[in-house]
Amino acid sequence: MVHQYKSNGYNIVLDVNSGCVHVVDDLAYDVIALWEKKTPEEIANEMLAKYGSAEGVDKKEIEQVIADVRALQEDGSLFSEDVYRDAVIDFKKRHAVVKALCLHVAHDCNLGCKYCFADEGEYMGRRALMSFEVGKQALDFLIQNSGSRVNLEVDFFGGEPLMNFDVVKQLVAYGRSQEKEHNKKFRFTITTNGVLLNDEILDFVNQEMGNIVLSIDGRKEVNDRMRPFRNGNGSSYDLILPKFRKVAESRHQDNYYVRGTYTHFNRDFASDVLHLADQGFEQISVEPVVAPSTADYAIREEDVPELCAEYDRLAKEILARRKAGKGFNFFHFMIDLTGGPCIYKRISGCGAGTEYLAVTPWGDLYPCHQFVGNTDFLLGNVYEGIKNTELQDKFKLCNVYARESCKDCFAKFWCSGGCSANAYHFSGDINGNYEIGCELQRKRIECAVMIKAAEAAMEAENAQEI
Amino acid sequence: MKRIQTLNSRNLKDSLKVGGCGECQTSCQSACKTSCTVANQHCENKKK
Repeated sequence: MVHQYKSNGYNIVLDVNSGCVHVVDDLAYDVIALWEKKTPEEIANEMLAKYGSAEGVDKKEIEQVIADVRALQEDGSLFSEDVYRDAVIDFKKRHAVVKALCLHVAHDCNLGCKYCFADEGEYMGRRALMSFEVGKQALDFLIQNSGSRVNLEVDFFGGEPLMNFDVVKQLVAYGRSQEKEHNKKFRFTITTNGVLLNDEILDFVNQEMGNIVLSIDGRKEVNDRMRPFRNGNGSSYDLILPKFRKVAESRHQDNYYVRGTYTHFNRDFASDVLHLADQGFEQISVEPVVAPSTADYAIREEDVPELCAEYDRLAKEILARRKAGKGFNFFHFMIDLTGGPCIYKRISGCGAGTEYLAVTPWGDLYPCHQFVGNTDFLLGNVYEGIKNTELQDKFKLCNVYARESCKDCFAKFWCSGGCSANAYHFSGDINGNYEIGCELQRKRIECAVMIKAAEAAMEAENAQEI
Repeated sequence: MKRIQTLNSRNLKDSLKVGGCGECQTSCQSACKTSCTVANQHCENKKK
């Protein structure tokens, strides 16, 4: 499968199955577009008619381009075959090990965010804080069920996890105490709204946490509209911004994200990303809200063209800033073309329900944080382990080949089939489709690759100058 | 190739032979929590 598109003056050709990315001129772009539809002779004649009067293009030149495309095809980097389908079946037959937990240490929150999928922290249930005993059992469960995996991930999540910070500290200490004996390495992370963040907590986080996700939506009016305090008074933006700046600086602008959500109300979200960059943040993630279509803030199908244009605007601005030495990372434009994960990772989905589980304050296990509170998705608990193996088997089979809509999608090995929870919320099936999310994902990947093309061109230009 | 520049030499097919160790980060634990993004993740396979 080949995907071709033009963006910001670059002609880009993605060979989906090999993962190869080619930047081509107009002639090569057209030859590739016709490759599977016409014979080489027909292509040559058509190209001669179209480009014959252009400088440097004659029959010989066109034949050279055709030879180049054929060489790439023979090399397996263009029009390559999908040889992975059998691998995903084998991969999914393997015994599932758990390697990551999302610990809901607090089903309570000090903000009343209007789009909160966690129902302002309570997940359609009761307010509760996780006890140390439950958390300890969760870590033991993780160690016992992680097989030979060394790296274990634990994200402290909520609600707002800093409302239960003492337990967070105790659990980190407990996890560290178990590492040597079991040959495990815990990677702790935390996702916080920052309201309770102080110097003591920051010191602890900087010592122990591999990543901290800081929730802020962008411009003050945008943030405060959707992220008010529960009593409706004051500005959460004013409270958290200086604290978040301090976090970013204290972590040397690395291993953190300011993470925002955009909605129907701020379709010009690139301005929010740029606002965060202007405030000095260099690691930024701003994502579309996931909401029932009945919500007034939900992204609508008719918003998609405007949102795609915003991604284009953002990509161009990021390039301009990088050129000026004022670059920053935008999470969804980060793409690793030369390294990155193996094909098994790319086809086997996010791992929800198998290697990744969410734990409620009382120890129930769910496939991921997005399913918490929906008892149809209760998998078991940290004391007895997975009880609903039938449900887990369904999640084991979530992969790019299980989703009909992924079959012909160029983005499948970059998004890994997307989010099962989104698919479920919009289609009623964890292997279903959330088309708006897919359209935005495809756009983000196109922009991310365009940035790579532009950076390669810049490097070539710089090398020439030297 | 004069008119075709390939940005990456890595072919995903090669990772069939050495991949699947599972030591890499779970995608949702990074920053997103609402979407699945794997393209930016690091491979942590020490045996390849």
